[in-house]
Amino acid sequence: MDSRIDAVEGIGADTLIALRSDMLRFAHLQVRNFETAEDLVQEAIEAALRNASSFVGASTLKTWVFAILRNRIIDHIRRADRTVNVSSLVDDGEEWQAQVEALFNKRGGWQGSARPVAWPNPEESMQNRQFWAVFEACLDHLPPSSGRAFMMREFLGLETDEICSQLQISTSNCHVLLHRARLKLRGCMQSGWGHPGANRC
Amino acid sequence: MLSCEKVTELCSQELERQLGIRERAAIQAHLMMCSGCTNFRKQMKILRRITHAYADGQAESVDSIDPSPKTGIGP
Repeated sequence: MDSRIDAVEGIGADTLIALRSDMLRFAHLQVRNFETAEDLVQEAIEAALRNASSFVGASTLKTWVFAILRNRIIDHIRRADRTVNVSSLVDDGEEWQAQVEALFNKRGGWQGSARPVAWPNPEESMQNRQFWAVFEACLDHLPPSSGRAFMMREFLGLETDEICSQLQISTSNCHVLLHRARLKLRGCMQSGWGHPGANRC
Repeated sequence: MLSCEKVTELCSQELERQLGIRERAAIQAHLMMCSGCTNFRKQMKILRRITHAYADGQAESVDSIDPSPKTGIGP
């Protein structure tokens, strides 16, 4: 693998290995399995090394490698047995019921402090490590099923139809899962980052 | 008049599908009177920008300041 890399200017195995832990974290969020995440990251790094000559520098190296990793994850999802963990769908639902009740009152209006307030400029915060630490922690706290649907949609860019068929659920259930994930993620980001005047820890 | 809860559902769905004319009109009517849902709708778009940036690997690496990843995964 080293000899292959030495032939290509600009991309070294060292550089890719430096990205490895970020890649692992990203892959693990999608597949929720450490060994699978490792395999996918390894495949992506090898593919990046094989195709190093096609990296033209129009994007950053990290963006390019992450695109390769995303494709590997999508392939993995498409290959994998369509096993739906029904119990986790149910658990999501029960936990969710209590959370929805806390967000909205009986007439479906925002309940007190759950009402969204304006956020600071995200572009500035996105330069900030602490911001991404909050974001990752919030992703980690998504309920399993809605988190999975959300990441397939937003990180991997799959269309809702494909997500429905992969998870073997109806379109309306798929919309419910995505809505749950967004409500939860929004609330978490609001308390961890978007709350003007709030203490940041 | 739609409830805030229903409006948030539609604000999420508009990221998946083209909403109908009636749905869009109902959202607009609600948003004119509701700052909470107006913020919510903006934030749905911000969340999408943030997630896309993250999926592109644009997150500033947390590892360079903290060697132990928060998710507990690592070599």
